[in-house]
Amino acid sequence: MNRPVQDRPPHGGLHARLVVERPAFRLDVELEVAAGEVVALLGPNGAGKTTVLRALAGLTGLTGGSITLDGRPLHTLPTEHRRIGMVFQDYLLFPHLSALDNVAFGPRSDGASKAEARRTAGELLERVGLAEYAAVRPGRLSGGQAQRVALARALAVRPRLLLLDEPLAALDAHTRLEIRAQLRRHLADFDGATVLVTHDPLEAMVLADRLIVVEHGSVVQQGTSAEVARRPRTDYVARLVGLNLHRGHGDGAHVKVGELLLSASDHVEGPAFVAFAPAAVALYRSRPDGSPRNLWRARIDGIERHGDNVRVHLDGPITASADVTPAAVADLDLSPGQEIWAAVKATETHAYPA
Amino acid sequence: MTTATPPVSAPGRTSGRERGGVPGRLPWPLVIPALIGLAFLVLPLAGLLVRAPWSTLPQRLAEPQVLQALRLSLVTATVATAVCLLLGVPLAWLLARTAFPGRRLIRALVTVPLVLPPVVGGVALLLVLGRRGLIGSWLEAAFGLSLPFTTAGVVVAEAFVAMPFLVISVEGALRAADARFEEAAATLGASRWTVFRRVTLPMIAPGVAAGAVLCWARALGEFGATITFAGNFPGTTQTMPLAVYLALETEPEAAVVLSLVLLSVSVVILAGLRERWVSRI
Repeated sequence: MNRPVQDRPPHGGLHARLVVERPAFRLDVELEVAAGEVVALLGPNGAGKTTVLRALAGLTGLTGGSITLDGRPLHTLPTEHRRIGMVFQDYLLFPHLSALDNVAFGPRSDGASKAEARRTAGELLERVGLAEYAAVRPGRLSGGQAQRVALARALAVRPRLLLLDEPLAALDAHTRLEIRAQLRRHLADFDGATVLVTHDPLEAMVLADRLIVVEHGSVVQQGTSAEVARRPRTDYVARLVGLNLHRGHGDGAHVKVGELLLSASDHVEGPAFVAFAPAAVALYRSRPDGSPRNLWRARIDGIERHGDNVRVHLDGPITASADVTPAAVADLDLSPGQEIWAAVKATETHAYPA
Repeated sequence: MTTATPPVSAPGRTSGRERGGVPGRLPWPLVIPALIGLAFLVLPLAGLLVRAPWSTLPQRLAEPQVLQALRLSLVTATVATAVCLLLGVPLAWLLARTAFPGRRLIRALVTVPLVLPPVVGGVALLLVLGRRGLIGSWLEAAFGLSLPFTTAGVVVAEAFVAMPFLVISVEGALRAADARFEEAAATLGASRWTVFRRVTLPMIAPGVAAGAVLCWARALGEFGATITFAGNFPGTTQTMPLAVYLALETEPEAAVVLSLVLLSVSVVILAGLRERWVSRI
């Protein structure tokens, strides 16, 4: 984290506890975002990420909790008085207004004269590199351009809180990379608090200073990208960052997962997580000997292509994925249902308290 | 512009002609009634054209009585439409965008004039706005205003009958419009009134226009409520439909001419609405 929360004055930034109750769904999330900080809410579909943004914006009512922005209560204000900038997933640019008038909409609503609002909007369009598209209607903008206009429109109200809902999801893979780099720059320039919702871990890690993982309406893990990527705490996060994750019981140098005793590079006592990368798993037809490692007998559950490699799903005392080269698959003559030896070096097995 | 689809675009209208399949023999139990139905709708109009006194048409059209009735019809229908827009659009907004107890009941009440026989509507208007009516007596006492049997009364009768068309059309447009644009406007600091004025209204403009044209056409053809509430005085309350009815008893050829005028107005409206309305039904 490059801007620790505790260094900020207690009233700066966003402090929120959001409780939203619906039939069969309950959201209960606490958020602390310092001014200038970018926090990504990461989570599977239906976890409640978008509900968090809507609640912050006042578009969804709170059942309980409160929102404070720069020391002032926000939850008592209607949406139009909250002074937040929101970029919607599909941008929602007004189809009947030009790009310039879309961006000028906020300042106009704030009471600026038409000329004044358009000047502000022109400057913002220039900043996102779209000055020459001022007169163009949203229907004629490309996805990437529309995204930048939406960002400019949100920034035009000079918000103290910026909310981005899956800002890159509607873009094709090629445009996404370019827009992501630009968005990162604009977010770095923004001095208010930013909350970003995404289900793409890479997007979250590139854009945000800190990640908050939400599942089933509650926060399950938070920390910097590096912390979350190295030490996942739920299966969902482990899948996102591509690690094998198991919960067990530590007794110093070992962690017992089910019947299997794994040696790890870290010392843990009590309930613990063990994580290792699929690429760290080696497969053998016959029991190998030699250097100290974690070794177990596994059954191949499935084999699928994974990038340039092959991902082998293993069943046995623990379920795990192993990434091997196509050549290794041929050499070992791997096929589903086959019994095999799996090994992970202790130095590549990370253990941490649960 | 890259290959990306613009995020905001109207859904493509697919043509009904794309239906594939092997064409089979048309079933006569459907075709024969269909053709009879078509003839039933078209023949009377054709008869009107056949029996029209084409040779004397220009003189008859130029008769002051005809022009007077036509002018009165156009003016009252237009004013009635304006009244309907002024009151009907907010009413449609209330029905589509807010939640209040009894909303469904109110929605049903709004459509009553649609199915009510217009004569009954006229009687109801007399009972409320007539000289001894609930509101009428008060209007007369307080302002010296009397609506029945005046041109203003014609407008009232036409608006009463035509407003549901506008309300239903606009409410439909409001429900079809994506309310999230309004949310986006709210996050930009716009009050609900600004949102309505600058986002909602422009987005539903086609629906409002279609509703207004329907409303105007209905007002133009209004007969029952008008003759009951406003009477049949040439120059002040005798609109085209009333003139047609009266002429039929005295001078049938004049009735044909007047009908022809109303028919052409209807055709022009249909042509104007072709794109927006008729093709969707």
